[in-house]
Amino acid sequence: MNALKLAAADGLTIARRDALKIRRAPDLLGGVITLPIVFVLLFAYVFGSMISLPGMSYGEYLLPGIFVMTIVMSSQITGYTLTQDLQKGIFDRFRTLPMSPSAVLIGQTVSDVIMNLASVVTMALVGLLVGWRIHSSPGEAALGFLMLLLFSYAFSWVTATVALALRTPETFNNVATIVSFPIVFLSNAFVDSARLPGPLKPIAEWNPVSTLIQGARELFGNTSAAMPVPDVWPLRHPVAASLLWSVVLLAVFVPLATRLYQRAISR
Amino acid sequence: MTDAIMATGLVKSYGDVTALDGLDLAVPQGTVFGLLGPNGAGKTTAVRILTTLLRPDAGQATVAGLDVVRDAARLRARIGASGQYAAVDDHLTGAENLEMVGRLYHLGTRRSRERARELLTRFDLTDAADRPVRGWSGGMRRRLDLAGALVAQPPVLFLDEPTTGLDPRARAGLWDVIAELVAEGTTVLLTTQYMEEADRLADRIAVVDQGRVIARGTADELKDQIGGDRVELSVTGRADLEAATRALAPLAVEDIQVDAAALRMTVPVTGGAVALTEALGRLAAERIAVRDAGLRRPTLDDVFLTLTGQGTGKIEETVR
Ligand SMILES: Nc1ncnc2c1ncn2[C@@H]1O[C@H](COP(=O)(O)OP(=O)(O)OP(=O)(O)O)[C@@H](O)[C@H]1O
Ligand SMILES: [Mg+2]
Repeated sequence: MNALKLAAADGLTIARRDALKIRRAPDLLGGVITLPIVFVLLFAYVFGSMISLPGMSYGEYLLPGIFVMTIVMSSQITGYTLTQDLQKGIFDRFRTLPMSPSAVLIGQTVSDVIMNLASVVTMALVGLLVGWRIHSSPGEAALGFLMLLLFSYAFSWVTATVALALRTPETFNNVATIVSFPIVFLSNAFVDSARLPGPLKPIAEWNPVSTLIQGARELFGNTSAAMPVPDVWPLRHPVAASLLWSVVLLAVFVPLATRLYQRAISR
Repeated sequence: MTDAIMATGLVKSYGDVTALDGLDLAVPQGTVFGLLGPNGAGKTTAVRILTTLLRPDAGQATVAGLDVVRDAARLRARIGASGQYAAVDDHLTGAENLEMVGRLYHLGTRRSRERARELLTRFDLTDAADRPVRGWSGGMRRRLDLAGALVAQPPVLFLDEPTTGLDPRARAGLWDVIAELVAEGTTVLLTTQYMEEADRLADRIAVVDQGRVIARGTADELKDQIGGDRVELSVTGRADLEAATRALAPLAVEDIQVDAAALRMTVPVTGGAVALTEALGRLAAERIAVRDAGLRRPTLDDVFLTLTGQGTGKIEETVR
């Protein structure tokens, strides 16, 4: 079997294992389904009525941001699960098997993107219930969901890399929390980045999370002519920039995570 | 006959701790090889190097003709391993665990499923097969891990303390499994703390201490190597035990081993029955009451204790 076929076959075996695990550990699945529901309802009802935007409802503006915030958070499951598995015996078994060295990471990231699909679908349905609407064509909307999932897949590899560098679930959790909040909140998720003060404005405008949110807003048609887009390239071309970000993250972090994984298991 | 496992001059250190210090091994194909040694001797380290989990700092080893470092990837398809700690997935059922292992050996879905059922039956795990392993007992997990090592019917098998934590029935069952496998031509390297197990299963034995082989041979050769017979005595009180140790010291050809709790002592002697009579005479002269006395050939326990110098020192201290 050539290396690529081997990686795909073994990756599938591991993804199946992870899927079984999710079924047996309802807390994980619960987090992936209920947390997004809570986010959508909370933000739509609590903030949706307090803030008004020119030309559109705040709820419509907000929902793509909630989508992105949720997938950034859920992609951390990849890293967290890896650190947990690293401490358990099963990796000793994997290491003596003639399996592809990338299989564990491929399997884990693939099963996590499927979880992310489940949470995005849930959020979209709950969003529709609370008044969010897609104003674009079905093709554009489908591209919007695909773009979100591709980014979540790429971001899973980032969290896998961090996890393999840190190794223990506790440190990983601390670092992930400290890093992910600024990433999500220093963006255009909740407020127009143009309204942010001084140094925060360029940070928010170049933040890939803002790019992805702007891309989702455009593809779902949640924009308003009365709200101008800042004049920076990623926000002017957010779909292309989001896809580019995903590709760049994959190109950097897939090899990096694979190398760290091999190091972690060959001690 | 070719050697299925060959190791020369293996060295491995962890910081200042030298776990292996020039270990040599040769295991002929189709035989069982027992690695004996006290805690920390380097047995697990040796097994981990031979199963490609660790790289040696120096020396080299081949298993089934493949180098454990250079051909690690190809070698993994040809070995089965069960480590000292069970490597099983808690969230999966027993059957799912073995099926996953089968798939990762690339046996295909159908064959993996069949093999999982066969092994669950063989290891007496059918009742628990479809429950998540998380709720299994330690001995059951251990058996599942052993089954995992056998999934691909590998020609070379490594078992690190395979019977630790097994009940007597499961242990006897595993002995049968190993005997069957060896009859089919499998080579087995196992480590054990149970001398009885090495005596019964292993064709050849190496005693390891501080990362080196300090003795090797068949069980009989090792027993001959330390030579002589053993006078075993039990007395009625602690004070008698001390007095008896002093009285018999001139007869002993090696350290006297004392089990203070059981009030027993083992005296290595030469001269068989004459030595026993002599020992009883000396004790009678000291007016030490003897509860039980006998003469026996050395066991592997004696070999182990004599060669590694472990145990005796500690037990004697508790007497003083
Ligand atoms: N990962 C590690 N880090 C540091 N030292 C280690 C590590 N693994 C083993 N050692 C040390 O190497 C030596 C040999 O250990 P090893 O586990 O090979 O012994 P063993 O013969 O299997 O012992 P046991 O009978 O207790 O299983 C010991 O001194 C141990 O403390
Ligand atoms: Mg050990």
